Amino acid sequence: MSAVPRLAVDGISVHYGGVHALRDVSFHIAAGEVLGLIGPNGAGKTTLINAVTGIAHLSEGGVSLDGRRLDGLPAHRVARAGISRTYQNIRLFPALTVEENIRAGAFSRRGAIREHELQALLERTAIAPTELPHVASSRSYGTQRRIEIARALAAEPRLLVLDEPAAGMNAQETAHLRGLIASVAREGASVLLVEHDMALVNAACDRVVVLNFGTVIAHGIPTAIARDPAVIEAYLGTSGAA
Amino acid sequence: MLAFFAQYSKLVDQAGINALLALSLSLSLRAGHLALAQAAFMGIAAYVGSIGAVDLHWTLLESTFAGALAAGIAAAILALPVARLRGIFLAIATIGFGEIARVVEINAPITDGAEGFSDIPNDAGTLAIYAALLATVAALFLLGRSKWALAIAATREDENAARGCGIDVGLVRTTTLVSGAVIAGVAGVLYAHANFFITPGDFGFPRMEQILVYCVIGGVTSSTGAVMGAAVMTALPETIRFLHDYREVTTGALLLAIIILAPGGLAQLWRRHA
Repeated sequence: MSAVPRLAVDGISVHYGGVHALRDVSFHIAAGEVLGLIGPNGAGKTTLINAVTGIAHLSEGGVSLDGRRLDGLPAHRVARAGISRTYQNIRLFPALTVEENIRAGAFSRRGAIREHELQALLERTAIAPTELPHVASSRSYGTQRRIEIARALAAEPRLLVLDEPAAGMNAQETAHLRGLIASVAREGASVLLVEHDMALVNAACDRVVVLNFGTVIAHGIPTAIARDPAVIEAYLGTSGAA
Repeated sequence: MLAFFAQYSKLVDQAGINALLALSLSLSLRAGHLALAQAAFMGIAAYVGSIGAVDLHWTLLESTFAGALAAGIAAAILALPVARLRGIFLAIATIGFGEIARVVEINAPITDGAEGFSDIPNDAGTLAIYAALLATVAALFLLGRSKWALAIAATREDENAARGCGIDVGLVRTTTLVSGAVIAGVAGVLYAHANFFITPGDFGFPRMEQILVYCVIGGVTSSTGAVMGAAVMTALPETIRFLHDYREVTTGALLLAIIILAPGGLAQLWRRHA
């Protein structure tokens, strides 16, 4: 493993007024690694994504991508530095076509997307070429999820952040998503996967970070995390309540 | 043909100027920003260009250049305080800017106040107006084929998702506002030179409202629509002259009909039948 991690999150805190949404959170992701981020609702997962992507303002700590400091940069500069994301509630450009949505993703990289690259993207995200001219909001929920992933991949990101990508997907679609995540990592990009589907997390992730009340309560390989008493307590309550 | 032109040349010129104004507003609307300062930009440019033409003997070209530049600078300054405003708040702030510009035009020592500024060289003819319109349409056509068009559309659809795609939303806002102001500035100088007399009242809220009506009737996010809207709404009072006592009512009725029956404006109807 190289000395400089792909993503370094070092002691970050985010305050909203008097509320500590995140407190002293640290973790690293290596190049080509898939890191799962799990935690109960309200644990701070989305705040963490917003902090990494330049939307949430950090009160303390720093975020770096391949050694380059990103904290303090506006969101569009973070995207251009190499971090692409999808959203928990799909955020496509609803009135634009599927093709325009995917092409918009390429604003983060040098040069527009070429025809053969577009075809390759469609193939790996399982979007039929006949979908391209249609308005994005008219597509099915599963297709919209895949368009959003295609838009994020169009940027050729160094870090792909997926915020609950399997929500609302059927078993077949989830299996395809798992293969897609693995192929992205094989090509050298890193993935930060926020997900509630534990089967997907266990299958897709090299390591898992568990958040609760804005702090990291556990950190390790998926099988160890599942047996961690602090994690079991966070999800199920204390043994008496469970 | 010549007889028609002799009778209606003023109207044809006015339609060209109005088309420029509609195009200028459509730029901000395409980015999803209801910035309503076009009449103010038009007025600033008209006064700068006219005062230069009368007192400093500028040619029409010099006058147009200086006026458009002044309008562009005014827009770049306006872009700063309104950077975080959206929707109705942006509309009110930019209308407020228009009122400030109008009051300054009334009270500044060099504008001849509410009485109006006169003796502007009457040298902006149909040729100059339509050359400016053609150049603007060509520039917008090129814009439509560039990466910028997608950045503007994405900004309109979802600003946060656009940022996530690496689009500098602030730059899109400022650029559309400033380029719109430059177009409105050109229209303002041509208006002044075509009418050889201007008053601050020419550039007040009623003018802004007219420009917005052109865009809504034509189709808010379409250049073709903006030109069609301006042409139709300039010609309409002439074609239904027998209804002239009810002019406001007919305009209102047409606007309502378009909003209800064809929310995409004339451009939408055009596409549907093309």
